[in-house]
Amino acid sequence: MSNKMMKIAVVIQLVIALAGGMLLLGQKMLQVKGSDTMVNLVQILAEKYMEKNPKQPIAVLGGGSGTGVTGMLNGTCEIANTSRDWKQKELDQAWEKGIKPRFFAVAIDGLSVIVNEKNPLTKLTMDQVGAIYRGEVKNWKAVGGPDMKVSLYGRQSNSGTYVFLMEHVLKNKPYSTDMKEMNGNAQIIEGVLADVGAIGYVGVGYIVDKETGKPMKGLKVLNINKDEKAEAFSPLDKAAVDSGAYPVSRPLWMATNGTPKGTAAGFLAWIVGPEGQKVVEAEGFYPVGGKLMEQNLKNLK
Amino acid sequence: MKRQRLRQLKERAIKAFFLANGLLSIFVLLGIFALLLYTAVPAFRDIKIGEFLTTKLWDPTSPLKPVYGILSQIMSTFLVTVGALVIAIPVGIGVAAYLSDVAHWRVREIVKPVVEILAGIPSVVVGFLGIVLVGPFLAKISGQSHGLNALNGSILLAIMSLPTIISISEDSLSAVPQAYSEASLALAGSRWQTLIRVKIPAALSGIIAAVMLGMGRAIGETMTVLMATGNARSFPTGFFQSVRTMTSNIAIELGEVPYYTTHYYALFAIGLVLFIMTFIVNLIADVVLRKYQEREL
Repeated sequence: MSNKMMKIAVVIQLVIALAGGMLLLGQKMLQVKGSDTMVNLVQILAEKYMEKNPKQPIAVLGGGSGTGVTGMLNGTCEIANTSRDWKQKELDQAWEKGIKPRFFAVAIDGLSVIVNEKNPLTKLTMDQVGAIYRGEVKNWKAVGGPDMKVSLYGRQSNSGTYVFLMEHVLKNKPYSTDMKEMNGNAQIIEGVLADVGAIGYVGVGYIVDKETGKPMKGLKVLNINKDEKAEAFSPLDKAAVDSGAYPVSRPLWMATNGTPKGTAAGFLAWIVGPEGQKVVEAEGFYPVGGKLMEQNLKNLK
Repeated sequence: MKRQRLRQLKERAIKAFFLANGLLSIFVLLGIFALLLYTAVPAFRDIKIGEFLTTKLWDPTSPLKPVYGILSQIMSTFLVTVGALVIAIPVGIGVAAYLSDVAHWRVREIVKPVVEILAGIPSVVVGFLGIVLVGPFLAKISGQSHGLNALNGSILLAIMSLPTIISISEDSLSAVPQAYSEASLALAGSRWQTLIRVKIPAALSGIIAAVMLGMGRAIGETMTVLMATGNARSFPTGFFQSVRTMTSNIAIELGEVPYYTTHYYALFAIGLVLFIMTFIVNLIADVVLRKYQEREL
């Protein structure tokens, strides 16, 4: 390379570096991070919000609820999405760092237990789901299904859904080590679609085909009952989820550090407002009401 | 006079520049090792090294009591890597021998660049192939309900390490002096005998280097195994089981883990173990290579 060319190359590199630096400084994006169950929903909420408020850019990342909490603790995001409550340890860590999390329930999820459509089973009790995921039940025959090995699909330990299920269904006992730990809801669905012996769990927003409003082809959503005597309900049954008759429903949370400000305040107010809640419903989740909503409005101020 | 001095100065500056470049890579390596050591060692304040290496269960987020044991992960990494090599070595050397000795030069001019392009396929894409193509195929032939297992990972890693093995083996086979094969043919050796008994032994140091590089690629690969092997934490008992390798465990958990906790340090400790393992592999390769070269002389 001649001397002149070398000089030109150096100048070009400098210009690129400078331009890159300026771009990074100039754009102040609202960083939202966390739950994979919520990432599609929040992404769409952000897109709709940005259509109306083009000067308030929002970046949404998934990764898992744990990633969101860690992001807030380490200062890499302003809003943390979690599909579970924060753990006491996390709250303690936050307070230690001077972070005062405020929580907004943005949607209700009916956590759905899914199997392959070739599996004739239609319902399970909470205890049975727990026993299956703890690895105590290894054959579908034991819970009234066909003679077939159970093939477990779940999420990784940074997933809020993983923790939620462990606390509420597995009764705080560890998962079977035979569970295949997938990278996200979508991968669990891929696994269950291809595997006749599969069982998986995903947020209700993931199983509904947006166009028809019905569950995806190839999947079967199991009805769940609290115990043997109770009636079994489907997570697709809005009334059952709202009334709490469906036993594994949960709020989906977005958390800020203290009172939300700037873009975060506008975004959250819009989500819990009627327009945002309509999007929540269109995405297959359920809108927030009652006490949770009152709490949301209080926390905005 | 002045001009000459200027020239000398320039010469020296250039020398210093290249020396600095050479040293940089050493410093980077040492820096990484130091950082790894610095973040891994605190893990052993809470975990006993012996338990860490010999316990099968890894469950740092257990609601009962966190358990940190990486024996299953070491075994999984071993299983997947060995499987990959068993597939890739014969195929790789076979293709290299074909390209250097059998194929028409025109075929070689086309096939070799194509093989090298194979190396450029992103690992996520290979992993995806594992899920939609290799997985269902393995499920069918093994009679299991799914194909997310160690064998799937081995097949994919074999595919990923093939370009390295083929390309470097072919180079070293082609570098064997013409006189060797001419001598062999002159002594009435067939082409097969010439290839197997003369050329491959002569090129062995290059071929071993190629295999080691391929192995390095396989042992450190993360995304592909993460996607295709199912990531179950159980101790592997066979190729048709879902396994979680050391790399995928680090990738899965590092994004989530709260900083400066035992779990966080333990993940770096896994990285350190992996680093030491690859270091030993490279060291052995180096020693073997040197021995072989000495004998040659």
